[in-house]
Amino acid sequence: MTEPTATDTDTDTDTDTGLTVEELPRPGRFGRFGGRYVPEPLVPALEQLDEARQKAAVDPEFQAELARLHATYTGRPSIITEVPRFAAHCGGARVVLKREDLNHTGSHKINNVLAQALITKRMGKTRIIAETGAGQHGVATATAAALMGLECTVYMGKVDTERQALNVARMKILGAEVVAVEHGSATLKDAINEALRDWVTNVRTTHYAIGTVTGPHPFPEMVRDFHAVIGEEARAQVLELTGRLPDAVVACVGGGSNAMGIFHRFVPDEGVRLIGVEAGGEGVESGRHAARFAADATPGVLHGAMSYLMQDDDGQTVESHSISAGLDYPSVGPEHSFLRDTGRAEYRYATDEQVMEAFALLCRTEGIIPALESAHALVGAMQVGRELGPDGLVLVNLSGRGDKDMHTAAAWFGLAPEGTQ
Amino acid sequence: MTTTTTAEGFADVVARCRAEGRAALVGYLPVGFPSVEGSLEAMRVLVEAGCDVVEVGAPYSDPVIDGPVNQDAMAAALAAGTRVDDVFTAVEAVREAGAVPLVMTYWNLVLHRGVERFAADLAAAGGAGLITPDLIPDEAEDWLAASDRHGLDRVFLVAPSSTPERLVKVTTACRGFVYAASTMGVTGARTSVDADARGLVERVRGVTDLPVCIGLGVSTRAQAAEIAGYADGVIVGSALVRTLGGDGELSQRLEALRTLTAELAQGVREGHR
Repeated sequence: MTEPTATDTDTDTDTDTGLTVEELPRPGRFGRFGGRYVPEPLVPALEQLDEARQKAAVDPEFQAELARLHATYTGRPSIITEVPRFAAHCGGARVVLKREDLNHTGSHKINNVLAQALITKRMGKTRIIAETGAGQHGVATATAAALMGLECTVYMGKVDTERQALNVARMKILGAEVVAVEHGSATLKDAINEALRDWVTNVRTTHYAIGTVTGPHPFPEMVRDFHAVIGEEARAQVLELTGRLPDAVVACVGGGSNAMGIFHRFVPDEGVRLIGVEAGGEGVESGRHAARFAADATPGVLHGAMSYLMQDDDGQTVESHSISAGLDYPSVGPEHSFLRDTGRAEYRYATDEQVMEAFALLCRTEGIIPALESAHALVGAMQVGRELGPDGLVLVNLSGRGDKDMHTAAAWFGLAPEGTQ
Repeated sequence: MTTTTTAEGFADVVARCRAEGRAALVGYLPVGFPSVEGSLEAMRVLVEAGCDVVEVGAPYSDPVIDGPVNQDAMAAALAAGTRVDDVFTAVEAVREAGAVPLVMTYWNLVLHRGVERFAADLAAAGGAGLITPDLIPDEAEDWLAASDRHGLDRVFLVAPSSTPERLVKVTTACRGFVYAASTMGVTGARTSVDADARGLVERVRGVTDLPVCIGLGVSTRAQAAEIAGYADGVIVGSALVRTLGGDGELSQRLEALRTLTAELAQGVREGHR
């Protein structure tokens, strides 16, 4: 056993783990977070990707092609919807939803994937692989691969293939190979491990389209930039609707891509609170959760990036838990760790029980079925709305739709026929 | 096979092997598989049967450059309660048995213990250094400093995909030897070791005088002999792990491990350089 102080690493991290060097400003870092902790064989691919995405960012042809796809395929701009009947349960504050659930494939994930698929082709690669938790990123990747004629393999934890069976079927119908990963906790983190192994082996022909704002540089920055359209649109739409900026922008945070997407444009708006909602699972005290910031997570390295990480006294990853597969991840995008430590963003968590309540509430008051991931943000909106009162204005990123979660919801609410889950 | 000096490092091993006209044999096993005591016993068998260096594997929850055999062994070790402290116990055991212990570890285990503390503990246990599969020199400032302070070897990986610029950057940061991944992929036995391996060793020799060892995919005497023809060391991992994890009583599996190791030790003596 390590000595007792190991349970209190928050206070001695800087001296004991020697992280001071990590705090030096470097490319691919958000303060001391981020970086590129990968096997050497992947370094050339990351350098190639970084070059390709930087060229694409200033290439009018790439930008025009992506804009055309978003306008004619994704369905951008996504609308905003004010939800007064739901807002009645939020202390009377005005609540506006950014409807990423209405995008093609049913979530924000398509924003990032279409852009990465275009870059895959520009790099001359013919195969795209992805990890997926809830299946939303996997479906989006399978969709982009079908659209652009790329070979596609999606890695998914076996536990998740069972609770998100609908999305597994969608990926297969779209022509992707779905590999159920049985190692470890058989959830999102293990799917990423397996995708990284595939990538190391096939990197010459294959691009790994990471689905969230984590992983080695340039992924956290690149994926954020591909989702920044969410915040760009939403900011203008809210201004047009209400004549002012929101008091708070609320989003769920697993890896944190939808949150970074909607936060990014608001970061310079100092009066706008940025609020991320993590998965509280069965409660932080139960140990079965994915509330990295609320619990005793400390900085560590997983999947190529330094960020807050649920880990034991030895630095072994601790398994996370959430009713929503998409938030069931023991680490978090490094820029969130930076925003949290600098105080620019605040993070809270919602338990499975609170989430199911908010999920049902939105369904019944507004006729909108949210993804369970997005329902975490709704819990945050209910809390923040009550704190702000009737003068408050809350913008919520409704990152996905809930069709995929019907099985879980039916079981939770006792609507499933006898003999099913 | 045994040495009298406890301070022998990898450079001494290579010098000795060169004098004997052969390559060094490096054997990998994870600590805690099938148990902590069982793994120490297995490492002693490796030394007795001809390994010059034992690559002491720290079991880790998310080993992204390991194939299924090593993954399963690490998962079993962790499930049985193996701790990072046990890695240092294994290092001591290997040193006592007369071979050079190098620790192979994923970076978060070092980071979490504290880079300085890990280095100090490793040096105190008699370890020669670290092989770090998911740490590239670009992110290794703390480790470069700590390894200097404690006189530890630091072994980074190069791969067939490495560009000339990366080869210079990585080999400049290495001390002890350069770990050349024979092929693009994860650990695991392969029927043929990629032709990339020979070309990679040539490219590495073009930028450094450090010894070069080949790992990933080596499992047989014939492969060891082939690689011994152009590399300074042959690293064998999952083939040993698979043998140790085979059927039968532990004593039988240890004998099988001894037989395989002895064959590989023959192999590194058959390479014509």
